Amino acid sequence: MTELIKFTAAETAAAISKGEVSAVEVAQAHLDRITAVDKKVNAFLHVDTEGALKAARSVDDKRARGEELGPLAGVPLALKDVFTTKGIPTTCGSKMLEGWIPPYDATLTSRLKDAGVVILGKTNMDEFAMGSSTENSAYGPTGNPWDLTRIPGGSGGGSAAALAAYEAPLAIGTDTGGSIRQPGAVTGTVGVKPTYGAVSRYGLVAFSSSLDQGGPCARTVLDAALLHEAIAGYDPLDSTSIDAPVPAVVEAAKMRDIRGMRVGVVKEFAGEGYQAGVMQRFNESVELLRELGAEVVEVSCPSFTLALPAYYLIAPSECSSNLARFDAMRYGLRVGDDGSRSAEQVTALTREAGFGPEVKRRIMLGTYALSSGYYDAYYGSAQKVRTLISRDFDAAFAGVDVLVSPTTPTTAFPIGERADDPMAMYLADLCTIPSNLAGNAAMSLPCGLAPEDNLPVGLQIIAPAMADDRLYRVGGAVEAALNDKWGHSLLEEAPAL
Amino acid sequence: MPGITREEVAHLARLSRLELQAEELDHFAEQLDVIIGAVARVSEVAGQDVPPTSHPLPLTNVMRADEVRQSLTPEQALSGAPAGEDQRFRVPQILGED
Repeated sequence: MTELIKFTAAETAAAISKGEVSAVEVAQAHLDRITAVDKKVNAFLHVDTEGALKAARSVDDKRARGEELGPLAGVPLALKDVFTTKGIPTTCGSKMLEGWIPPYDATLTSRLKDAGVVILGKTNMDEFAMGSSTENSAYGPTGNPWDLTRIPGGSGGGSAAALAAYEAPLAIGTDTGGSIRQPGAVTGTVGVKPTYGAVSRYGLVAFSSSLDQGGPCARTVLDAALLHEAIAGYDPLDSTSIDAPVPAVVEAAKMRDIRGMRVGVVKEFAGEGYQAGVMQRFNESVELLRELGAEVVEVSCPSFTLALPAYYLIAPSECSSNLARFDAMRYGLRVGDDGSRSAEQVTALTREAGFGPEVKRRIMLGTYALSSGYYDAYYGSAQKVRTLISRDFDAAFAGVDVLVSPTTPTTAFPIGERADDPMAMYLADLCTIPSNLAGNAAMSLPCGLAPEDNLPVGLQIIAPAMADDRLYRVGGAVEAALNDKWGHSLLEEAPAL
Repeated sequence: MPGITREEVAHLARLSRLELQAEELDHFAEQLDVIIGAVARVSEVAGQDVPPTSHPLPLTNVMRADEVRQSLTPEQALSGAPAGEDQRFRVPQILGED
C-alpha cells in the first residue's frame, strides 16, 4: 500500500477510474502516511479523516453506479488553511481565528468537492499568509522534508511540505508575493501562480486583494495543470474574476515540445545575494532550454530592482485595511470584555493578543504608508513603480514568449536564521514579486540540487497574463528532459522521513 | 526621508488598534525604521510622470444583478460571534457612560 502515496495525481485518478484501487483505499493510505510522519513535518493544522473518507466513498459509489468520473476524482489534496471550508476549522495560521468554523465554502473549495477531489485537511502557513518560511504560524513551524531543521518556504510551507513528504499528491496555495512558488522551489515541488483573476478569491481570507491569487501545487507539471483546470474559471462571486476561457494548460503540459519558443533570461535576477549553486543549476536549465530547441536571449527589466520596495509598501497598505475586519465583534477571538471596557479597548486588546509580530509589523507599516503626509511619497510612488514593472514586462514579452529566472536566491535556510530579521526574510521573494505586481502568470519547478548543500533549486518561468498555458508547455518539457537525465524525479533523492 | 521614532510607532499602533507592550514598541520602532529606510527607494520615481497602477485588471464598478439570492441564515451568520443575543451581535459599550 505504500506505493499509493507515491502515485501522481494523474496515475491515482486513472487507477481509481479503472477500478484497480478504490478511492477509500487511496484516502486511507494518505491518512496513514499523515499519522506516520506529520508529527515530524507539521504540515497539517487540521486533518479531516471523516470528511476525507466520506468524500472518497462518494467517488467509489459514483463509480459503482457507472457514472463518469472527472480527471481528479478520488485524488487526495491538502488545502492551505486560508480558504474557508464549511464546518471545518479555518485559522489562517493565526490565534485570531482559533476555533473558527466557517459557515460557507470558498468557491475554490466547492470546485474541488464538485471535481471529486478528496480534501484531507488544512495546511500550515505563515499567519494570514505573511511570510516566507511558515515560521510566522501561531501553531509552530513546518519542517522541510529534505531537512527538517530547515524552512519549507512560505507562506504556503505546509502545502509544499505535504507534497514533498508524500502526505498528498496535490495541494492548494495562495501567492501574494511568491507564497506558492518559493515553497515549491525549496521543497523540490511544482507551484503555479495563475494569472491574477484566473482563480476565484471568494472565500480566500484576504491579505492584499490586488495581489492575492490561489493556485495549484503538485509533484509534477501535469498534475499541477489538472488541478489548475479544476479550480480556474469565472466566478460571479468574485468581482475581480476574469470572464474568459481558461487556457488549455493540460494540453500544454503534455506537449513536451518547445522548439522555436523564445525564452528571455532576466538580467536583473542575478548577482549579489544569489547562492552559487542556485545560479549553477539555473544556468544549466537555460542551456537545457537551448538544447530543447528554444531560442534564448537576455532581456533587461530595469524597474524590477524597485519591485521589492514597492511590494513592501503596497502589500502592507492593503493588509492594514483588510485586517481591520478582525475587530473582535463578529467572529474570531475576543479578549478583555469584562464589562468595564469600551468596544475600542476590547478591539485593541484582542488584536494585540491575536496577531503575531509579522502581522503587527505589516499593519503598522501599511498604516504609515497610507497616512497623510506620507501617502504620495510611499504608496503613491509604489503605484508608479507598479506601472513601470508592467511596462518592463510588456517590452520583454514583445520579444519573447516566456521569461526565466531562479525562483528564489537561495536554497532552504535553517529555521530561526531570519526569524527576527524582516529585511533578510523579505529577500526570499526578490524574483517572484514582479509577477504579482503585474498580475501575470508564473511557475516554479525543480531544476536540481545545489551542489554545496544538496537542497532543491527552483526554476521560475513567467508568462504574460492569460498565457498560463506557456508555463506548462515549457515546464512540462523541462521536467521531462530532467527526469530523463536523472533517471527519476528529483524528489526520489529526498531522504526518507 | 526621515526615519521613524518610537512616538510615531506608538501613534501608528493606536491607529491600528494594537495595544502594544512597551518592549514591543522599542523592538518594532527599530525594525520599522530599517524597513522604511529600505522601501523609501521607491521615491526615486516620485517625480516621474507615470500613471499609478492600483490593480492589475482594468475593471471598474463590477455589478451583479439586483436579485434576491440565498444568503446565510441569522444563526449561521452569528455562529462564529464571540457573543450574540436575539439574532444580533452583542458588543461591548460603544458610547461613554455619560
